[in-house]
Amino acid sequence: MDKNSKILIYGYGNPGRQDDGLGNMFVELTEKWAKEEGLTNLGFDSNYQLNIEDAANIAAYDLVIFVDASLEPLDDFLLTEINPSPKVEFSMHAVSAAFVVKLCNDIYPNTPQSYLLHLKGYEWDFKPGLTPKAIQNLDKAFEFMKSLLKSPEKIATARAGNKI
Amino acid sequence: MGQKITIEPVTRVEGHGKVTIHLDDKGNVRQTRLHIVEFRGFERFVQGRPYWEAPVLVQRLCGICPVSHHLAAAKALDVIVGAGTGHGLTPTGEKMRRLMHYGQMFQSHALHFFHLASPDLLFGIDSDPLMRNVIGVALKHKDLAVQGVMMRKFGQEVIKATAGKKIHGTGAIPGGINKNLSIEERDTFLNGADPMNIDKMVDWALAAVELFKDYHKNNKDLIDTFAAFPSSHLSLVRKDGAMDLYHGVLRAVDAEGKKILDDIDYQDYLKYIEEDVKNWSYMKFPYLIHLGAENGWYRVGPLARLNTCDFIPTPLAQKEFEIFKAYTNGKPNNMSMHMHWARLIELLHSGEMMRDLLNDPDLQKDDLVVKGTKCHEGVGLIEAPRGTLFHHYRINDQDQITMANLIVSTTHNNEPMNRAVNKVAVDYMNGQKEITEGMMNAVEVAIRAYDPCLSCATHALGQMPLEISLFDEKENLIEQKRS
Repeated sequence: MDKNSKILIYGYGNPGRQDDGLGNMFVELTEKWAKEEGLTNLGFDSNYQLNIEDAANIAAYDLVIFVDASLEPLDDFLLTEINPSPKVEFSMHAVSAAFVVKLCNDIYPNTPQSYLLHLKGYEWDFKPGLTPKAIQNLDKAFEFMKSLLKSPEKIATARAGNKI
Repeated sequence: MGQKITIEPVTRVEGHGKVTIHLDDKGNVRQTRLHIVEFRGFERFVQGRPYWEAPVLVQRLCGICPVSHHLAAAKALDVIVGAGTGHGLTPTGEKMRRLMHYGQMFQSHALHFFHLASPDLLFGIDSDPLMRNVIGVALKHKDLAVQGVMMRKFGQEVIKATAGKKIHGTGAIPGGINKNLSIEERDTFLNGADPMNIDKMVDWALAAVELFKDYHKNNKDLIDTFAAFPSSHLSLVRKDGAMDLYHGVLRAVDAEGKKILDDIDYQDYLKYIEEDVKNWSYMKFPYLIHLGAENGWYRVGPLARLNTCDFIPTPLAQKEFEIFKAYTNGKPNNMSMHMHWARLIELLHSGEMMRDLLNDPDLQKDDLVVKGTKCHEGVGLIEAPRGTLFHHYRINDQDQITMANLIVSTTHNNEPMNRAVNKVAVDYMNGQKEITEGMMNAVEVAIRAYDPCLSCATHALGQMPLEISLFDEKENLIEQKRS
């Protein structure tokens, strides 16, 4: 992993449901910043849910950062490494990031190193726009991730920090 | 000792389901119920909003089939802006919407077959649950898993090209569409590098139909009897009786094939369909008024569509339709597991429709929108992947929505899914001393054949585990399993 590694930032959620759109907003913010910084090794994607075709989408990258809103009892955000898993839910309607990585590993020759950035959210009603507290968490996570995206070789060390 | 077994995918904010199976003291099934908590708040939420926002707003409702809601809302608003009911649009407007819709059908049906149905068929419904998904398929039949992934991806790319973007697409607007298909976009789909081109997609869809037929040949008992029960069937059909998943008139047939509703303009649906309420379920039970709540229930979705239409207007799917119909001597097919067969024939039809549309020069023209005399009410229907989807809106003189009524496919299939659960529970659990994971999965297989939407719009709000709880006759929890 080095500064030329191909990195995908993939946010998912429904931006019409308040803080559920945190992942999508993170992608918007980071894409704008990458353009300003001239970081051409970064790719971006965004969707409502993850599903099986994302296995093909991530296979072309060295590193993937999935970004999702979270209900977990976090202060603000958390970055965790993804352990590939075949576990599925009752229906096919969405799959987890761990499932996408596992499927990629099983059917494509390349599997990227993968992390999930959890962004703490609070409100989920039928409204566009993030809550003020969610925006604060988004900004904190964005500041935290900027240096890692410029120097992805540090991501393993960063995982040992206080955000894990 | 009487027992109550609960299968409960939990914690969704606006939709979850659970199955309760009540056994008597001898271990026989006394009562079964499928409960799906349907979120209805959306209909209140849109009140007061300008009507032209509806096709985008409705996509907040569901992150799974946003295209179906987008198009059904747009069709209702076509009526309100005086652009007619389905055929009033410009050729480019209608055909772009159709391409979007068939892209949606293609990706949804491919996902259902390769991710949900094929694992049950390839490994058996009592196999290891961790293998009973597309990962298991990938390990044993890698080519099939890749096909599933790429077919889903192809459909998603068609949606992106026609709706404008993946999230909150804006393609369909009242009276038409806001973009055409560029030559570059068209050529990507027609001539994309292998396998991402429409010819390969049609080939794979045909191969999937063959896969099912081969499986059926060797497993007739299971496929023909599992969760089979007689019912009526309802869908849109084209005026001449052809399958048309985007627009048509309402038709329903009974279990013997007699037309019990035909050539009905769906603007008048309230004259023909009502929704019953039961005290044990949050979800309503639609029925045909003239037959009453007891006898007027019906199925919607792929099986219903193949039972109501007279023919399929694309050659490869028509050939498969003839084989499908011959299996029941032309009578309606009431076998729940044949839903998979019907879904694959529709997958093939959707591929053929996309190919025809991509070769149609109307998609590159610039006449995108029509307008007429505005009125205050409109109904839009579409055949969504899971079945007939109804959107109904009224507006006031200030162009604000004053009323919205949505009937989604899963609601239409409420009674049939309950019957399917009961049939399987009785067949698999009656008199058994131990309820195994395989038996519980049999119940899930019956439900999944209908592909119910448990409304996953806010995916972050909890996972959807499968919870199985056993209660004694005093409702004490004596055993619990969670997948």
